[in-house]
Amino acid sequence: MNWGDWSWMMPEGFSTFTAEVDSLYYLILWITGVTFFATEALLIYFIVRYRHKEGRKATYDHGSTKMEVVWTAIPLLILIGLGALSKGAWDRMKIDVPAGAMEIIVTAKQFEWNATYPGPDGALGTADDFDVLNQIHAPVDQPVWIHLRAEDVLHSLFLPEMRVKQDAVPGRDIPVWFEAMATGDYTIGCAELCGIGHTTMNGTLTIHSAADFQAWASARAEQRPQPQP
Amino acid sequence: MTPTTADRAPMAGMKVYNLKLGMWVFLLSEVMFFTGLIGAYIILRFAHPEAFAEPGVVLNVPLTAFNTFVLICSSVTMVKAFAAIEQGDQQGLQKWLLATILLGAFFVGVQIVEYTILTGEGFVPMAESYHAIARGAAEGSAVIGGPLYGATFYTMTGFHGTHVSIGVLCLCFTLWRARKGAYTAGSLGGVEIMGLYWHFVDLVWILLFTIVYLI
Amino acid sequence: MGKALDAGGHHDHHEIPWIRQYIFATDHKMIAKQFMFVSLFFLVVGGALAGMMRWQLGFPSQPMPGGMILPDAMMAPTPNGAIMLPEFYNSLVTMHGTIMIFFAIMPLLVGLFGNLLIPLQIGAEDMAFPRLNMVSFWLAVPAGILMLASFGVEGGAAGAGWTSYAPLSTSGEWTGVYLGQQLWLASLTILGFSSLVGSVNYISTVINMRAPGMTWFRMPLATWSLFVTAVLILLAIPILAGALIMLLFDQTIGTGFFRPEVGGEPLLWQHLFWFFGHPEVYILILPAMGITSEVLANRARKPIFGYHSMVLAIVGIGFLGWIVWGHHMFQSGMNPLLGTSFMISTMAIAVPSAIKVFNWLATLWKADIHLDVPMLHALAFVSMFIIGGLSGIFMANTPVDIYIHDTYFIVAHIHYVLFGGSLFAIFAGITFWFPKMFGRMMNEPLGKVHFVLTLIFYNLVFFPMHNLGLRGMMRRIYDFTQYEFLAPLQPMNQFITVFAFLLIATQVLFVINFFWSIFKGEKASENPWDSNTLEWTVPSPPPHGNFAEMPMVYRGPYEYSSPESDTDFLPQTTPPGGGSSGVPEPTPTPEGVEA
Ligand code: HEA
Ligand code: HEA
Ligand code: CUA
Ligand SMILES: [Cu+2]
Repeated sequence: MNWGDWSWMMPEGFSTFTAEVDSLYYLILWITGVTFFATEALLIYFIVRYRHKEGRKATYDHGSTKMEVVWTAIPLLILIGLGALSKGAWDRMKIDVPAGAMEIIVTAKQFEWNATYPGPDGALGTADDFDVLNQIHAPVDQPVWIHLRAEDVLHSLFLPEMRVKQDAVPGRDIPVWFEAMATGDYTIGCAELCGIGHTTMNGTLTIHSAADFQAWASARAEQRPQPQP
Repeated sequence: MTPTTADRAPMAGMKVYNLKLGMWVFLLSEVMFFTGLIGAYIILRFAHPEAFAEPGVVLNVPLTAFNTFVLICSSVTMVKAFAAIEQGDQQGLQKWLLATILLGAFFVGVQIVEYTILTGEGFVPMAESYHAIARGAAEGSAVIGGPLYGATFYTMTGFHGTHVSIGVLCLCFTLWRARKGAYTAGSLGGVEIMGLYWHFVDLVWILLFTIVYLI
Repeated sequence: MGKALDAGGHHDHHEIPWIRQYIFATDHKMIAKQFMFVSLFFLVVGGALAGMMRWQLGFPSQPMPGGMILPDAMMAPTPNGAIMLPEFYNSLVTMHGTIMIFFAIMPLLVGLFGNLLIPLQIGAEDMAFPRLNMVSFWLAVPAGILMLASFGVEGGAAGAGWTSYAPLSTSGEWTGVYLGQQLWLASLTILGFSSLVGSVNYISTVINMRAPGMTWFRMPLATWSLFVTAVLILLAIPILAGALIMLLFDQTIGTGFFRPEVGGEPLLWQHLFWFFGHPEVYILILPAMGITSEVLANRARKPIFGYHSMVLAIVGIGFLGWIVWGHHMFQSGMNPLLGTSFMISTMAIAVPSAIKVFNWLATLWKADIHLDVPMLHALAFVSMFIIGGLSGIFMANTPVDIYIHDTYFIVAHIHYVLFGGSLFAIFAGITFWFPKMFGRMMNEPLGKVHFVLTLIFYNLVFFPMHNLGLRGMMRRIYDFTQYEFLAPLQPMNQFITVFAFLLIATQVLFVINFFWSIFKGEKASENPWDSNTLEWTVPSPPPHGNFAEMPMVYRGPYEYSSPESDTDFLPQTTPPGGGSSGVPEPTPTPEGVEA
């Protein structure tokens, strides 16, 4: 295998979440990494050092409460601290949708993503809304608020480069938001097993400059099939 | 080598005999089973209040209240049965066991009647064909509650009914053994664990009745 | 014989008909063996399913060798071989997970070791309810048959994942699987009853049938962990049963519990499943921890470090396991406010595991380590469980979980805790108690070869999966090359597949060793490991009824290298002072016991 593929780094991210998620990831990588090497090294050292030899007798020792308290307290503190540290990031990403976000609806169904945009009137749920299939288009440097919905079964909107993942649940409207920091084409994936076509349920997230996005939106609004009277 | 210090009691465990302990342990898991069902019911009802109805609108509370009374009586007769065999009174044991069986069977009977009436009124577990209307309301009047109401009602009361029916069968077995004089004042384990189970089923019903019918 | 010991309900040992002895057996040792053979068979099945999955992942949509023999419902025949269908892949994932967890690892840990060890280690004649014990096994068999049969039915086996999330699992409309999903539900419900009956038995036995002097804090850690496991099963399985039955109703008679289209609540299934599911994963690790403690202390010839805190850790895990289920649902649409509290509780539950890991390490400190096969597997358990546990910390962290949820990072975690953890402990346990079960030792050199190869290949298969997850590769995905950004992972997946095949092939060594040793292994003495616990004071294999006379327990189970004895062990049954020889007087077998 091509070991060039091998890396403990997070792949490059392009949303305002990247820094928060990745820094927590690296912090945990350090904590667990140190714990890992420490414990495994100790294990191997003991195995080698106290390997059975003729005449060796193990020390008769039932333990030491002091030591146990120490190695109970340390992980406890580290872990609770870690938890407290992560609360802010989680709330920002999953709870507090920033004001002035551009609102769209993304509806998942076997096996496609359907993005609904407010038409020229800028309001969702009106006659001039328009849809795009398996594509999400958004402006750079502006928060996007996705009303995530599902029609049949569970799906999960996965935007790896944006560090976004959220299950879509039939009968619910779940708020998902992100703010891209660079234009370009990115991945839309489905991360929840949703049936035979689960693998094929992917699409493209296109981040435009503000101007390009306006151009794209109005162009799309034109092509929209007129509703029959 | 005879045991000397306290912790070398003839047997480290053995506070109650195996059968009784086993029944208690088993009842613990029964508690969890009904906790699961009741928990699910509460979650659903909070999430979808519109899918449920006010007490007595769809369900026939008086009938079930009477049925509840019947079941409570059966607990009393069960106690009598146990008391009888404690005195070594074989006749009493059989008499009271029979009474318990009859009351239990009667409870199940009433529940079956209740089910037939309710399904007739469109109060069914099947989501697609649910169309319950208020009791005594004219045909085709407004549908009350939703599929979740029917589904939870029949699942909870149904599982309890199954427990009662199984209990009745076991009681018949106990009676049959009693007639063969299997129990004495000295060995009445079979009767005692039967009683434990029966009282548990009774207790669960009082809970279910309150939650499903009265709230 | 003590009054209490008759609670086993045996009448006379003299002539037990063949059928009652091998088929409808009530002897806990025979039932243990029955569970062992059946679940090892399922372990092989689960491995085979994994092999097929790996082929599809390593060589996406290329003809599978031998695929031609499978029906067209599973494989699409083409001129140059049969290609796996996505619906079959989904069934493979689902059945692999289900079979491994419910029909291989759980019955091995609880059915095999629970039955074998509990009565022997507490000095009981048999289980509290031997007949109930038989029922437990004979409920598990039909459950297994139903589960396997579902492969053959119209629409194939269940394909909604071992977690069978609603609404996908509520109707064949979504998956094309109708009967298969229903068989899956029925099978697990029956198996649930089996485990339930079993745990009622274990709990009653431990509480009531301990020999004189076998106080709670003189019980071996294996028995302790099996006891707490039984309690977890007793309380968790009913929740699962309730959920399974509701889902079965949704499937068959059309209730709407989990069906949003009729006002049902899909997330209710996840809450019920994981409220059972997280205790379940500890059901799958606690006995493994117990086995490891036994083997570790014995082969290190040193008392277990901090016996009391080891017990407290087991109990603590048992309690905390009930308040963390939400960590499987961070991205599920559950109220995100709950996320943080579930993260904290999940972090907290890592602490008892920490205690155990550090105490195991401390047990090895200044010990006298005998590196024979059981010990090697026990040590592998410790080091692999550390990896699996630490990866859990990433997932417990809500923001990081946003990215790695439902990726191969999770798959790596699953296998580090369940294979690296549970399965290595099972290998340790089988090789350690094999002499007690069959009166013969397993072959050491062959066992060592199997161990080394398994450890190496296992890590080459599962460690890279962390990396796949970091690169964003989702789990339960039939053909990852459908995603441009995953296409570069092809070589790594191929690498994993190749070593997965080698890993599976390596297991043949174990099969050979296992069966060869049953018949040809060197005869084992009563106490081949110089162990202290009660099971080693009776003949190998122990006679029907186990103990010729009620054993008397004087001390804890881990008195190794005690100054009180001039050998390096001191059995629990040796009277104080009488320990000079350290060897218990051989127990005579009661007349007429020999089968
Ligand atoms: C034997 C089974 C087993 C065990 C023991 C565990 C143990 C743990 N598991 Fe795991 N888990 C599973 C089986 C298991 N798990 C399975 C099967 C799934 C997938 C289900 C599915 O299909 O979706 C899963 C999924 C799963 C998830 C959901 C991930 C997702 O879907 O997004 C999470 C999230 O929190 C999690 C966390 C943990 C944690 C924190 C532990 C902790 O108990 C681990 C504690 C141990 C240690 C931490 C290591 C030793 C400690 C030290 C060396 C001390 C020092 C440590 C520090 C200071 C950090 N597990
Ligand atoms: C204990 C549990 C266990 C075990 C041992 C394994 C073993 C293996 N598993 Fe798996 N796995 C799961 C539990 C387990 N798994 C679960 C719960 C899931 C999630 C399912 C889901 O998403 O729904 C999963 C998912 C899963 C996936 C992800 C699929 C996907 O998401 O698309 C993959 C992919 O590579 C995989 C591969 C393997 C491989 C290659 C092995 C190999 O290690 C197999 C090696 C072979 C054996 C271990 C059998 C050898 C037999 C013996 C040693 C006994 C013989 C002795 C006698 C007969 C005497 N497993
Ligand atoms: Cu949609 Cu997976
Ligand atoms: Cu969990």
